[in-house]
Amino acid sequence: MSRSNELYQQVILDHNKNPRNYRALEGSDVLVCEGHNPLCGDHITVYLDLDANGTVNDLGFQGNGCAISKASASMMTAYLKGKSLAEVKTIFSEFHDMVRGEFDPASRENHLGKLTLFQGVKEYSSRIKCASLAWHALMGALDKQQSATTEE
Amino acid sequence: MPDTSAPTRPKPVLDIKSQFPVLTRDFGGMALHYLDSAATTQKPVEVIDAMDRFYRESYGTVRRGVYRLSEKATAAYENTRKQVAGLINAASEREIIYTSGTTQSINLVAYSWGGKFLKAGDEIILSQIEHHANIVPWQIIAERMGAVIKVIPVDDSGTLIMDEYKKLLSERTRIVAVNHVSNALGTVNPVKEIARLAHQAGPGGKGAIVLIDGAQSIAHMAVDVRDLDADFYAFSGHKMFGPTGIGILYGKLPILESMPPYQGGGDMIMRVTFAKTTYQAPPHRFEAGTPPIAEVLGLGVAVDWLRRTGLDKINAHEHALLEYGTAVLQDVPGLKLIGTAPGKGAILSFTLDGVHPHDIGTLLDEDGIAIRAGHHCAQPTMDRFGVPATARASIGPYNDATDLDALAKGLRRIGEMFR
Ligand SMILES: Cc1ncc(COP(=O)(O)O)c(C=O)c1O
Repeated sequence: MSRSNELYQQVILDHNKNPRNYRALEGSDVLVCEGHNPLCGDHITVYLDLDANGTVNDLGFQGNGCAISKASASMMTAYLKGKSLAEVKTIFSEFHDMVRGEFDPASRENHLGKLTLFQGVKEYSSRIKCASLAWHALMGALDKQQSATTEE
Repeated sequence: MPDTSAPTRPKPVLDIKSQFPVLTRDFGGMALHYLDSAATTQKPVEVIDAMDRFYRESYGTVRRGVYRLSEKATAAYENTRKQVAGLINAASEREIIYTSGTTQSINLVAYSWGGKFLKAGDEIILSQIEHHANIVPWQIIAERMGAVIKVIPVDDSGTLIMDEYKKLLSERTRIVAVNHVSNALGTVNPVKEIARLAHQAGPGGKGAIVLIDGAQSIAHMAVDVRDLDADFYAFSGHKMFGPTGIGILYGKLPILESMPPYQGGGDMIMRVTFAKTTYQAPPHRFEAGTPPIAEVLGLGVAVDWLRRTGLDKINAHEHALLEYGTAVLQDVPGLKLIGTAPGKGAILSFTLDGVHPHDIGTLLDEDGIAIRAGHHCAQPTMDRFGVPATARASIGPYNDATDLDALAKGLRRIGEMFR
């Protein structure tokens, strides 16, 4: 398989074309954060609705981005529904390390499930930030920030 | 089914790919289709060898040493100034300032000239299709001096609307800064006319100053700063087949003489005491510190290469390919060209329905095709055309029709993949 076939798998292309949860959430409790990638100007807004126990009730996103950032946002929103705050944080950190090539999901048990599809991103240093854009926006929302960037 | 309407490949004006080591090396059995010359050009072997030879055989500092190595290096270093002056038909090599690139050249003018001459309420005119390097320095100095920035709009083809420009010119106009060729769209701006009109405006009608960002023109067309009547002309070595880290600011001597230093340090002074320091005349007044010596020598060789290859030939070669590339890209389903100004330079900016430019860039790389994807450091241009980014193929004298065929083929494949 060529490098890019590994990255642009059918699932990713499908999420790009038919993104799940591509909508704004309404409500005064909804946390909203816009993530920016200053390298390319792409931006994705994440909407997060937590219930009283801190479990993810609902997630949505909107914005403009490449297939990688859109598919990542789509799969993230689908995957995290029903997860607890602690789980979300663990998954974020595993995902973040995986796309940067610092964590190989095959090396130990993890909580990434289908998200391991994004493993191929580590081969593309210029695309790592695309895959993590929505995640940074999500972490920003949890921190009650209105905006977040992929530059740490 | 034979396609009789397929565009015919142009007969190449130049055949110089073999002079560029990167373009002829083997990338795992794949050829490199380099279509990113607007970002930076590849280097002919002469330039690479000259710099290598300098480091191996005759390296020494300039304008300080009294030993022979340094004297020889100094002579070669100053000779590049003459070569550059010749290339752009400057009146004197004293009008040629070494900088680190276009960005620093523009910052030098903004800080030194702008910091001295701009007053509250003065106006700076830019175009809507500038590189951030010709926007941000002006915003910084405008804020500091209380000056105001005005913007010349473009029409849907990416052509400056000259009637709007005329309306912007006034007694308050102090400087007009525009690019000669837009890096995002390829538009060739009528800079001679822009300068003529600017020189009739300004305080008391005594003339506003004109800075031309020549980053995208210098290696692709003959430039005559005196014919254009440019007050400043800025460009980068790395976009004209020379090394990185070296650029040029051309400025008319009387204007340069009226300007204070941009940075302080060694080499730019006449005499330093703690009570008072006096400065060198231009160009050295603006060149503080040990310069990039090998890069200056490399630039001299690049200028020589450019002149020998012939800017007219380069221009003709690239234009034939631009025409061919336009035709083959227009046949790609869902492709839209952004920037269609008449007489534009060899830059093809485009979008492909349903595919983000970054995905195009990553996927074309798989076929050995190097293009740029993004906002091209020209976000206001992207905003004008209502796109976050474009994909951009830019043509150099070493390209040929096969590069554009590969591009069109790759784009068709990507289009299908995303359908
Ligand atoms: C039109 C234009 N102006 C300015 C620049 C900045 O040049 P440099 O990065 O070499 O300083 C570029 C390069 O991208 C350009 O295309």
